[in-house]
Amino acid sequence: MQSFELIRPESVKDAIGAQSERSAFIGGGTTLVDLMKLGVMQPDHVVDTNRLGLDEIEALDDGRLKIGARVSNSRLAIDARVERDYPVLSQALLSGASTGLRNMATTAGNVMQRTRCPYFRDPAKPCNKREPGTGCSAMDGINRNHAVLGTSEHCIATHPSDMCVAMAAIGATVVVEGRKGTREIPFEDFHLLPGDHPEREHDLRSDELITHVVLDAPLEGAVSTYLKLRDRASYEFALASCAAIVTLEGTKVTAARIALGGVATKPWRAVDAEAALVGEEATAKMFEQVALLAFQRAMPLEHNAFKVELGQQAIARALRDAVQQASQGEHQ
Amino acid sequence: MSDQTLGAGPKRIDGRLKVTGKAPYAADHALDNTAYGYGVFSTISRGRIVSLELDAARAMPGVIEIFHHGNFPALHHTPSSMAKGNKVEETRLPFEDEQVYYDGQFVALVVAERFDQARAAARAVKVRYEEEIPRANLEQGVKAHGTKKGKGNHSRGDADGAFERGAHQIDVTYTTPVETHNPMEMHSTLAHWPDGRLQVFESSQGVVQQKGAMAKIFNLAPHKVEVISTFIGSGFGSKLWMWPHAVAAAAASREIKRPVELVVPRQQMFTTTGHRPETKQTLKLATDDQGRLIALSHHSVSTTSYTDQYVETCGSVTKSLYSCDNVSITHRTTEVNRGTPTSMRAPGAAPGLFALESAIDEMALEAGIDPLTFRLDQFAERDESQDLPFSSNHIKETAERAAEQFGWHQRNPTVGSMRDGREIVGYGMAACNWEAIKRPCDAHVALRADGTVYASCATQDIGTGTYTIVAQTLVELTGVPFERIEVELGDTSYPKGPISGGSWTTATTLPAIAEATRHAIDELKTRAVRSGGPFEGVDVEALTFDNGVLSFDGKRMPFAEALSTMKLANAEGEAHTEGADTSKYSYRSFGTHFVEVRWDPLLANLRVARVVSAIDVGRVMNEKTARNQVEGAVVMGIGMAMFERTEYDPRTARVVNNNYAEYLVPVHADQPEVDVILLDYPDTAFNEFGARGIGEIGITGLAAAVANAVYHATGVRVRELPITKEALMGAV
Repeated sequence: MQSFELIRPESVKDAIGAQSERSAFIGGGTTLVDLMKLGVMQPDHVVDTNRLGLDEIEALDDGRLKIGARVSNSRLAIDARVERDYPVLSQALLSGASTGLRNMATTAGNVMQRTRCPYFRDPAKPCNKREPGTGCSAMDGINRNHAVLGTSEHCIATHPSDMCVAMAAIGATVVVEGRKGTREIPFEDFHLLPGDHPEREHDLRSDELITHVVLDAPLEGAVSTYLKLRDRASYEFALASCAAIVTLEGTKVTAARIALGGVATKPWRAVDAEAALVGEEATAKMFEQVALLAFQRAMPLEHNAFKVELGQQAIARALRDAVQQASQGEHQ
Repeated sequence: MSDQTLGAGPKRIDGRLKVTGKAPYAADHALDNTAYGYGVFSTISRGRIVSLELDAARAMPGVIEIFHHGNFPALHHTPSSMAKGNKVEETRLPFEDEQVYYDGQFVALVVAERFDQARAAARAVKVRYEEEIPRANLEQGVKAHGTKKGKGNHSRGDADGAFERGAHQIDVTYTTPVETHNPMEMHSTLAHWPDGRLQVFESSQGVVQQKGAMAKIFNLAPHKVEVISTFIGSGFGSKLWMWPHAVAAAAASREIKRPVELVVPRQQMFTTTGHRPETKQTLKLATDDQGRLIALSHHSVSTTSYTDQYVETCGSVTKSLYSCDNVSITHRTTEVNRGTPTSMRAPGAAPGLFALESAIDEMALEAGIDPLTFRLDQFAERDESQDLPFSSNHIKETAERAAEQFGWHQRNPTVGSMRDGREIVGYGMAACNWEAIKRPCDAHVALRADGTVYASCATQDIGTGTYTIVAQTLVELTGVPFERIEVELGDTSYPKGPISGGSWTTATTLPAIAEATRHAIDELKTRAVRSGGPFEGVDVEALTFDNGVLSFDGKRMPFAEALSTMKLANAEGEAHTEGADTSKYSYRSFGTHFVEVRWDPLLANLRVARVVSAIDVGRVMNEKTARNQVEGAVVMGIGMAMFERTEYDPRTARVVNNNYAEYLVPVHADQPEVDVILLDYPDTAFNEFGARGIGEIGITGLAAAVANAVYHATGVRVRELPITKEALMGAV
């Protein structure tokens, strides 16, 4: 680890003022410290956010829920309003990492979580995300864990978060503050596709700090589930995951939100599948059909082709599990 | 007190120290003025170092010295003899020359005042290489230069000829990947040179071997070296033999004249401290029309390094488990650009029994016979490879009892026929088997005037419970309870003990401890009957020692009082016990696993739901720690079956998944109900306690039992470990 200066501002304004091209904000540190020890991230200044407050969960008058940047994953997962109105988020949070990590990890930190691509995490290996222009080692390497959706010829790294998948399905706004004031960024626009610039992972300017994530008001009468598929039963990043939220009128789907993790370069909304499902009968066969649509543009590689089918299975089963709750009267 | 004698299940005597953080592990020891080392590790796998740019690193805060092939002191190779007590697995010394043989090889060592300074400076060292195309895996090695003959080959009858005559035949190839031991405690060395002697604190499964190797490498008289390893956070074989970091730390300490501590980072625990090599195994089996095995060939190739030949003896069990007249076992190796492999829990047998016990299942099905029946009918009655009887063999009882407990007979043999909701249930079984070995051992025991009993031996407790069973032996022979027993292990200043490996620590150490205890009691009696002693004039043969009390003709005296009366500090006994006599019997341990898997085809989810294992390891010395060994080995076997695989980039031969997040082992949620049946038949032909050892057998055969159950559930015969989702997707 390189030497760095720890800056501990007491206000958001000071925190923003302390930020520079060579600095990084730290929340729980579960990603940053790891990457600093590996020599992947080498900030000269680490700006601590732990004295900034930003640890409230607040219900807004319009039905939305405003989550402070520093609210821990553990706390968010068991918040009564989250459990009641957004069980899919609670499930996603609890399926991630381990208890110890969730206790440390923050909401903003999780939004900013970086990929687990092993080539990104080893400074001795070429990686366009870490060092633009050096090439992608994963493309022709060991790419079993890599993305099949949203990839480019320069990067196939997955976004590793479970929380963000649920947020993508729920719909949310990322509130950021910079020297020029406050901005609100729709969640689906916050994370960027790798394209020609995999080093650019999000729509956050160098002086900006995430202060809150605001969840959209819950869909009236919706049922939902988060399903995470992986090799072992716990403490592993998703091979494929699905957050599904559905509203029904009788047996017909009136609204659908389907988001995917583990298979894409960013928290992924399966909009084609959603559109195809609305107005249709909620049957297992229909779920399997729309699941196919979600992977129409998948770009599988040598070791990760199974993720196409696995992702489809995740969608079909998540929808079935969600709808089953409706038939059992377990509305969210 | 009966709950502390041999065969009972007392808790570990060191348990409290461990759970309260008071047990000092190697890197916990603190010496004044310690400097810290951090390695610079190769980022290529084959080639040579052209230059090292050290100026920037040298100028960084706290840096004391940077060692590399240009300035490392000249040392010597150890002859690497286990019998002589100086074995290492990788004979090449660190920084010996500019050659690079594998990813993550030490190419420099930064020594600094603090750990973080050493690490920062190590990152600042720039190395230029001349890189060659590496051999990244078994296939590439074989293609580049073929294979070399290994050890442990065996032949009887005419396996090829008999195969051709078979009524039913199978000819199948299995592969297993590199697995990495991944003990929780890192490899660590703290070395210093007080008064020209070398003292090393090491996380070691074999202090005596490390001492011998250090003495050879540094050209020291053996008594000038002491290696200490009082607590070990497990090793699974990776800590049996010293690795380059220990030599680097000791040499650096001598050069800078300060203690040096060196902890191997997790990433390099995948590169420079051994691993279980990749294997490719071809099994050819044939039966006659009655389903009797008439041919059994097991030919394996395993990977080794370019510096040393390590042979994974995959056929070690194949030669004696089943009765068969025509058997051919060969082991060959091919060099690849990886560090030197080493023993990992049940070396040879773990990958070997995955292949053999999968193939037996395939053979039984091919011959139309229930896999349990096939095995029960053909388990060998004697060791046909050595033409010797087994000292004690209850494998059929293990199979029958475990089958009963498991409910094997309720199995519907039709593939995919057993369903439970969304899941398809599969039942599988496999035999497990491991050699029993007893080595020479020395020990020291003292009955002390304060009423305590003390024992020491330079073996180790690697977390398995050796401290506790030594204490139980003392309880058994002296009647003194745990509270007044002190056991010291893991220091070469104690009498020579065995490596903690091969499952032979129990069978080797306890007889020596017992013999030393008897000698101490004899010494006490001899003193007590002498002039001035409390039993003066009594015939020493008539004086009894029972439950810590000397008695004769109604006179009773606790040994502490007797020693105090004589103004003696203690009565001591030394012992040297020999290895087992292998001319009359074949000594092996036996068992059987039954496994239930659940396959959810719509989620591509496989899990092990239930395991029943019956194990015959002779007498069980501690019911609790023995069960714990089997349970742990079963869980490790699940990891071998479904998760573990060290991945090397096929272009660079560099390890890709070098951390606990991506190198998968089972977590608690993956652990099924594990039902362990311990048969507990003393094997008194082997040693006085009848114990054979239990550390390794539990992992053998487990992966095959899982694979056999997976076949029963899905119809997919997986011959490549680990069993992944993608191998099963599209099935049933």
